[in-house]
Amino acid sequence: MTPILKVGILSIQGDIEENSNAIKESFEELEIEGTIIYMKDLRDLDEIDGLIIPGGESTVIGMLLFLQGVQTDLLRKKIQDGLPILGTCAGLIMLSNRAYDKTIGETRQELLKVLDVTIERNAFGRQHESFESELDIPYLGERRFNGVFIRGPAITEIGNNVEIIAKYNNKIVAVRQNNILGTSFHPELANDNRFHTNLTKLMVEYNKSKKRT
Amino acid sequence: MAISLIPANIKMKGQKVSTEGGNKVVKGSILVKRGFAHMQKHGVIMDVTNVEQAQIAEEAGAVAVMVLDKLPYDVRKAGGVARTAGVKTIQDIMNAVSIPIMAKCRIGHYSEAKMLETCGVDMIDESEVLTPADEENHIWKWEFTTPFVNGAKNLGEALRRIEEGASMIRTKGEPGTGNVAEAVNHIKKMNKEIRLVKAAYLDNDYQEIIKLAREYKVSMEVALEVGRLGRLPIVNFAAGGITTPADASFLMKLGCDGVFVGSGIFKSEDPSSRAKAIVLATTFYDNEKEVLEAQKMVDEKKSLIGLDTKNLDLRMQERGPSV
Repeated sequence: MTPILKVGILSIQGDIEENSNAIKESFEELEIEGTIIYMKDLRDLDEIDGLIIPGGESTVIGMLLFLQGVQTDLLRKKIQDGLPILGTCAGLIMLSNRAYDKTIGETRQELLKVLDVTIERNAFGRQHESFESELDIPYLGERRFNGVFIRGPAITEIGNNVEIIAKYNNKIVAVRQNNILGTSFHPELANDNRFHTNLTKLMVEYNKSKKRT
Repeated sequence: MAISLIPANIKMKGQKVSTEGGNKVVKGSILVKRGFAHMQKHGVIMDVTNVEQAQIAEEAGAVAVMVLDKLPYDVRKAGGVARTAGVKTIQDIMNAVSIPIMAKCRIGHYSEAKMLETCGVDMIDESEVLTPADEENHIWKWEFTTPFVNGAKNLGEALRRIEEGASMIRTKGEPGTGNVAEAVNHIKKMNKEIRLVKAAYLDNDYQEIIKLAREYKVSMEVALEVGRLGRLPIVNFAAGGITTPADASFLMKLGCDGVFVGSGIFKSEDPSSRAKAIVLATTFYDNEKEVLEAQKMVDEKKSLIGLDTKNLDLRMQERGPSV
């Protein structure tokens, strides 16, 4: 029997429903039974097989997430121990080690520091510079992927364990570090669920390994 | 589809196609403009008039700030003509905070809006808080690369603004009064009208849908989209008179995607803790204990006293073109 997967969506602020739609469609495509837990806090952390941190404002998501105190350390530990996670835009910033803003410099914001990258926020400019462009992403297959960048960040430095999975104009815009996926753009807006499908596949593996231990 | 792309086939001068480093790049598309509004969801957008207030707002957890020359309460007191904020104020705030910056322009004032776009604000609010510049027409917003937010009192107004290119709607409420009653009124009216369209759609009653579309003075296409989605095709925030955390929670419960707070924060005597409390109550709107905790952070004796919406000299919600 296929397992019932539980995916958490961090539901503090941002495009929660769009990620929810994308992951539901991924479950259908893979014919997996899955449920979604909308998490405004971290009390269901032990339940989930994977987590999505949506797009939104990273300062807001960070401020409200870190009200959870020690729970955030548990989340960090879970991710380090292999919990599959997808962070898009603000979600990528939340996962990173360090972030600074293109205009105002160092942002004194709280980060999970599980993904060994440095982020430049608003790296492509303000909203009127926001754009869509087709990206080559071999990790997803041959068909190009519509990258929707909304005041998007870019990755300026990466650690040894980090694999670059997409670049745009020589800027790193998607990475993978084992169980962690991060994108500068919004796959949940692309009408193409391949990132969410890959996350689901990682969740299936994680769920199996959880049962073994 | 993650984001509604209706109305389709609109001629959009605001959409810019170019090539950068061998890649085809599209700016100002419906997806990119509406997408920006989607990123604001479940958040609080705060009215500010200077850098200090913008920093307080950012620290308190605002998703964006709206820059004005005067807060709506002061616009009422000052009388005269209310115009867009000073360019220097906007630029100083842009250089001081990392969250998005919005600014208001007068209804129909194309050049104020173009100036704001060129200045680089992230979203333009074509707002009845300022004195309307055109009593006949709103701005044709498809000509802009920058997304717009518009006010609406009912479904018809909301859909007409969407057909003109708005990427986000907010209830009009009655700004600067500290009284949430009109915002409640407007969102309830909108919800009721959406239910009518949705019911007709579920019954495949196209005759009824076109009748409703005519009543609302909108196209069949957008009416059908409302029926299909059972909601507005774009993000809808509450605005007008929100003063306390409980106000924010109430409007979220009525189905708003987020809230704007105008005078409620910076015309109170406890702006910093109140701003944070309203953010908490917006995120945890359906958790009574959290809303109570948020409400404890504000002192009712320090709230904006406010105005009775029945006896106002100026009803901002009635200003501007009627269609």
